[in-house]
Amino acid sequence: MIRKSVWPLILAVLGLLLVRNALAQDLLMARVPMTFPEAMSKLQETLKKHKQTLSRVQRVDIGLTSKGYKTDKYRVVFFGRADEVQDLINQYPEFIPYLPHKIAVFAEQDETVLVAANPEHLFKSDNPKKQAIVKRWHADLEKIFHDMRQE
Amino acid sequence: MAVRLIILLGLLLAALTGHAGEPDGEALYRQHCAACHGYDGMGGVGIPLALPDFQYSVTNKYLKVTIREGRPGRIMPAFSNLSNKELNALVKYIRRWAPGKPYRYPVTPVKGNLARGQLLFNRHCAACHGTNGEGGKGTGVTFSRPRDLPIIAPALNNSGFLNAASDQFIKATLMNGREGTPMVSFLKQGLTEKDINDIVVYVRAFEKNRPPARKTPLDTDEATIVFESAYDLKTTINNIKDAAVGNNFIIIREQTLDQGLVPADKENTKQRIVFFCNFGFLNKALAVDPRVGLFLPCRVTVVEKDGKVLVYAINPNRLSRLFNNSELNQMCHEMNDTYISIIEDATL
Repeated sequence: MIRKSVWPLILAVLGLLLVRNALAQDLLMARVPMTFPEAMSKLQETLKKHKQTLSRVQRVDIGLTSKGYKTDKYRVVFFGRADEVQDLINQYPEFIPYLPHKIAVFAEQDETVLVAANPEHLFKSDNPKKQAIVKRWHADLEKIFHDMRQE
Repeated sequence: MAVRLIILLGLLLAALTGHAGEPDGEALYRQHCAACHGYDGMGGVGIPLALPDFQYSVTNKYLKVTIREGRPGRIMPAFSNLSNKELNALVKYIRRWAPGKPYRYPVTPVKGNLARGQLLFNRHCAACHGTNGEGGKGTGVTFSRPRDLPIIAPALNNSGFLNAASDQFIKATLMNGREGTPMVSFLKQGLTEKDINDIVVYVRAFEKNRPPARKTPLDTDEATIVFESAYDLKTTINNIKDAAVGNNFIIIREQTLDQGLVPADKENTKQRIVFFCNFGFLNKALAVDPRVGLFLPCRVTVVEKDGKVLVYAINPNRLSRLFNNSELNQMCHEMNDTYISIIEDATL
């Protein structure tokens, strides 16, 4: 039997391996095999599952169509971890314009595409503490995208 | 116990890194390719890989070089991080859509008349592929093209394309066309094999005068633009709004940074975001690359702390690095200038 205390270590290794292949990509993308409303609903559930709080949904398509532009469904979902936002702002004010985190969601016929910036490529730093934060953001996004890809 | 644990972790590592077996081509495709090319290979952002005529006419080398090098500046990123085993597994998976064995091209270079090739190219190819072989505009996503077009004309002057495509491959594509796409057979259009050879020679000559091999991000430094304001929080916010309107933007909303994340009575009212948008610019930017919506609409965050008022914005020049899209660079530069102009107006 494996001791309970060992599982977090095993899960951490698994998590690292899960994101291994995506490290070089500047933009993280996922195709969700669902219509736009279904994908939006799943994204909300997935964010909750990963302990993220949905802050707001920017309805880009509504703004565009109200001004007479033609567009398919397009939203930007803002989210974050309520308990860490203020700490981050105090320690690393350079993160401020990028908080809360964002995922762009747009319809591609009867499927949906998700896009997020790879935080590790956005924030280069020699500071190990800052690097660790950015790495975790990346890992969180990969986990969310991984779940979203599943039918 | 410790020994067991080490063995277990070793086995996990071996299994998951592919050392214990072949990499999973389907998993790699789902992770790296499906977002653009679709789970069924029928395209979307990227070309429809499952198209029988595409599968039949491209070589494995063409696929591998394309995956490895991408198309610099044209959305398709370079997957240089994949191991050879992973690359082979991915190509094998993509090949499951193949109707038969792919065509094998002779390696002999095509010979022809460059000047004549240019004339023919301008007459028959430039309308779709651009006068300088720069390809069709847009990314292929919802916003940038009608949905009845399966592909956007490839950039023939792109280093990724020229490295992947042999002369004979280009010639065969011109002679046979590609069924299911707007690319027609130019033999059927009345050109002779000699005409086609001349065009191939002209396309190959793009190598001597092609855009930089790598995407060309703008000069960038920090991810964030920050200014200290000479005014208090409220005045600075009002100034930001006035300056944004003065730069042809519409104010969308003002909110605290942590709105929605914490209960309303716990929000930090000294950290405020102003969202504003120029819908014409937004529409134009989305047509170039819909993924840019990730950083739109525009926002400026104003923070009061320790008696200082600081104004923060994203640095669009830095963001241009994330998009493998040369067309976006100019827009990122414009956005950068606009942000600085608005913030300077509001804070000085």
